[in-house]
Amino acid sequence: MTDQSAFKPNTVYVIYIAATPEQVWQALTDPAFTRQYFGGFSIDVEPRQGGAFFLRYPDGRVHMSGRVVEWSPPRRFSCTWVVEGMPEFRELPECLVTYEIEPAGGAVKLTMTEAHSWDVPEDILAGGRQGWPAILSSLKSALETGKALEIKMEPPKGMVDAVRRAVAEKPWKKST
Amino acid sequence: MSDKPSFVYVIYIAATAEQVFEALTSADMSERYWVGNRLQSDWKVGSPFALQLKREGNRVTGTVLEVDPPRRLAYTFHSQHDGLDSEGPSRVTFEIESHKDQVRLTITHDEFPPGSKVFEHINRGWPLVLSSLKSFLESGRVLRAPWYEEADAA
Repeated sequence: MTDQSAFKPNTVYVIYIAATPEQVWQALTDPAFTRQYFGGFSIDVEPRQGGAFFLRYPDGRVHMSGRVVEWSPPRRFSCTWVVEGMPEFRELPECLVTYEIEPAGGAVKLTMTEAHSWDVPEDILAGGRQGWPAILSSLKSALETGKALEIKMEPPKGMVDAVRRAVAEKPWKKST
Repeated sequence: MSDKPSFVYVIYIAATAEQVFEALTSADMSERYWVGNRLQSDWKVGSPFALQLKREGNRVTGTVLEVDPPRRLAYTFHSQHDGLDSEGPSRVTFEIESHKDQVRLTITHDEFPPGSKVFEHINRGWPLVLSSLKSFLESGRVLRAPWYEEADAA
């Protein structure tokens, strides 16, 4: 079982969406829906705590894998993430991604928190800080207008080198 | 990391840079997506800036620092309401980048005085205001937050 307290939130993104909590929950967990707004990736998740979680490329290969830490529809969905689809990245410790859905004045407040169990360099955090605003802006458009945004899913400059350095040095082994 | 707080928020909008710049400067458009709050300025560098809040007598004032349509806009931000007027001004900067038929809008709100109370307010406020601006430009809808109702009732 994943010890959530070992993870420190590094990136938090909040967006408000004109939809119901159930619609936002579906957008986050339904493969046909994530394919629209999440750079073509389909979610594949066992709907229970401890269940397997994958994000798959359109051809079915695994991009991300993990475990469901919390499954509380339509309020909270939390799972661990390991990047499988890019060399080196899979050697990094898993991170914890949590979506929180709260009603807010006829709309919904969606909060995404990306948390890590080690002291992650800024160049690696940059991946999520670049990606989440695009992904969740696209989710909001898909729910409100039926049309997702076009988003780029490439790692930002400097991230791949930073991952290689981290994998070589393994700072997470020293820290505790 | 410096201990000076800084708020950075990015949102993508299916609109042109010109539409986003207009929404960030138009009194009438702001009144809709900012749900009753109204921007007031002639948007010349050095001119006064004001955000007239819906609650009577409440406003944010400042000075226009940069105007480069449709790419960049900056002003100082000095809250005059809820006992915040004794706190010195901070700075708001918008950057608009176009990618095909969509825009990446970045707000940086920084230069807060030490121990700023305004910082807490804007952390809660900007994600809602910019989410509403996005909805307004993409679908003509606007978003309201529960604390607007609380403020109306107060």
